[in-house]
Amino acid sequence: MSRLRTDDGFAGKSDEFYAMLIDAHDGLDDEQSEALNARLLLLLANQIGDLDTLREAIETAGRTG
Amino acid sequence: MTRYTYSSYPYRKPPELDGGSHPAVPVIIVGAGPVGLAAAIDLALHDIRTVVLDDNDVVSVGSRAICWSKRSLEIFDRLGVGERMVDKGITWKVGRLFHRDREVYSFDLQEEPGHKMPAFINLQQYHVEQFLVERALEFPDLIDIRWKNRVTGIEQQPSCVRLAIETPDGAYTLESRYALACDGANSSIRGMMGLDFDGRAFEEHFLIADIEMDADLSNERLFWFEPTFHSGQSALLHKQPDNIYRIDLQLGPDADPAEERKPERVTPRVSAMLGGRPFEIDWVSVYTFQCRRMKAFVHDRIIFAGDSAHVVSPFGARGGNSGIQDIDNLCWKLAAVLLGRASRDLLKSYDEERCHGADENILHSSRSTSFMTPKSKTERLFRDAVLHLAGEMPFARRLVNSGRLSEPCSLTHRGLQRGQDMASGRLPPGTPCPDAPVETARSSDDWLLGHLGGEFRILHQPDGIGSEAHLPSKLPALIVGRDLKDREGLLRQRYALEAGVTYLVRPDQHIAAAWNRADAGRILDALELAGGQA
Repeated sequence: MSRLRTDDGFAGKSDEFYAMLIDAHDGLDDEQSEALNARLLLLLANQIGDLDTLREAIETAGRTG
Repeated sequence: MTRYTYSSYPYRKPPELDGGSHPAVPVIIVGAGPVGLAAAIDLALHDIRTVVLDDNDVVSVGSRAICWSKRSLEIFDRLGVGERMVDKGITWKVGRLFHRDREVYSFDLQEEPGHKMPAFINLQQYHVEQFLVERALEFPDLIDIRWKNRVTGIEQQPSCVRLAIETPDGAYTLESRYALACDGANSSIRGMMGLDFDGRAFEEHFLIADIEMDADLSNERLFWFEPTFHSGQSALLHKQPDNIYRIDLQLGPDADPAEERKPERVTPRVSAMLGGRPFEIDWVSVYTFQCRRMKAFVHDRIIFAGDSAHVVSPFGARGGNSGIQDIDNLCWKLAAVLLGRASRDLLKSYDEERCHGADENILHSSRSTSFMTPKSKTERLFRDAVLHLAGEMPFARRLVNSGRLSEPCSLTHRGLQRGQDMASGRLPPGTPCPDAPVETARSSDDWLLGHLGGEFRILHQPDGIGSEAHLPSKLPALIVGRDLKDREGLLRQRYALEAGVTYLVRPDQHIAAAWNRADAGRILDALELAGGQA
């Protein structure tokens, strides 16, 4: 059974989220940005916690590139 | 040949140059573009006389603002030109978004049925201006359009504004109680007054072209990120009336505008996009865009509206549409001040309400621009990740930003709505009035918005035991069941009408106040707070 959410989870605020994400990288060089992304991903993964969901997310990300 | 034929409007020697005394005019409008012309018509509908000055004598050269939103069309309808615009325009509702050669998704703007006006039409600015000029000419005693009259100086006195004006027959001065600067993004009035115009300029160059093509492409907005036919990052194709198509191609920050405007540069770019279809170039412009606004739009007796007050990028159709909304907001207030029905303080609410509108437009426009022109490796990485996910993941489609299309701005909790009566479960004050199909004495196939606006009005749902008797007798009222019938139940639904519910509606078709149970005293208090007078 699919657990990964595919519909909009930002309750209409997806533009605000995107701006927040881009702003977080403001002034960082590439290496600092990559490190920020890694930390961010770990924080969010922990928030989700469920391994089946995370596995599905990893698979989806791998497939859609 | 279906292309637009530009004809010039007649210059006439201003009467001031023939000597004699001439009474001061209440309002001088600088600029006969869509915003200035809409202002002249709106003020004429309030019986206010205007002189409109324009340094040119033709309508807009090139299509420029093409995409008119439902809210603008509702305003144009109030001004008497909405139906003509819809008849001529291309009504569209579907947008398709491509990444390289792959369609990522499409969207349908078709909102719920039961509105007189469509979500959007495409109509070249020259048609819009021509229709507005022709409408203005229906008020020969109130609107005096003076072509080839260029403003060279402006000064403010305690009781008037004095403008210095150049014409082919010489210079003259003209006084008015107020002047509206509707003279566009490079406003000469703003320049002469040395006023600020702060914000951001984006470095990216865009090529914009109108091409004439005998092809029956669908009425859809087509947008590409990284198209294979064009080395830049984005491309847009949009249909206009008369077989004219708008093309917008991103050229990058290093493009040379003078070079890129040359037909030998434009033709191959367009050819690649259209896959060999024959076409002719009608108009070309290369631009960079900016998001800026003045700190204040009202400077005592000089008031700025439209592009002179605020500019945004074109993606999102927020330029021309916001200018028309400025006029809708301003003119009833200015008329009330000039007719002695309100104090000059009422104009402050124009400043507050429309600065808010401009900020909203600038925010959306800046975000669209950032998405379309990623400035760093990381920004580009996220942009491309969104596009890659969007084909499969609906959530990511919401993150794709090729322009957030203009929507009416809500004025809730701002300006004249502060402290207003609101009713639980009803539309909050500041909401733009939704349209609804109604039946009236005028027509069995009528629309609500045709009966709202122009002046303050009450919309009331009787409770069956005499609630109408509690309405103030001096204020015009639309009583559901008496003045109009709810054709499809949509009026009840959109306004959450129940027995006894009352709305006070502003002259610009926004909710001023709402009550589940109203009485004349509270309605008149709300009217006063909203700048009206019974």
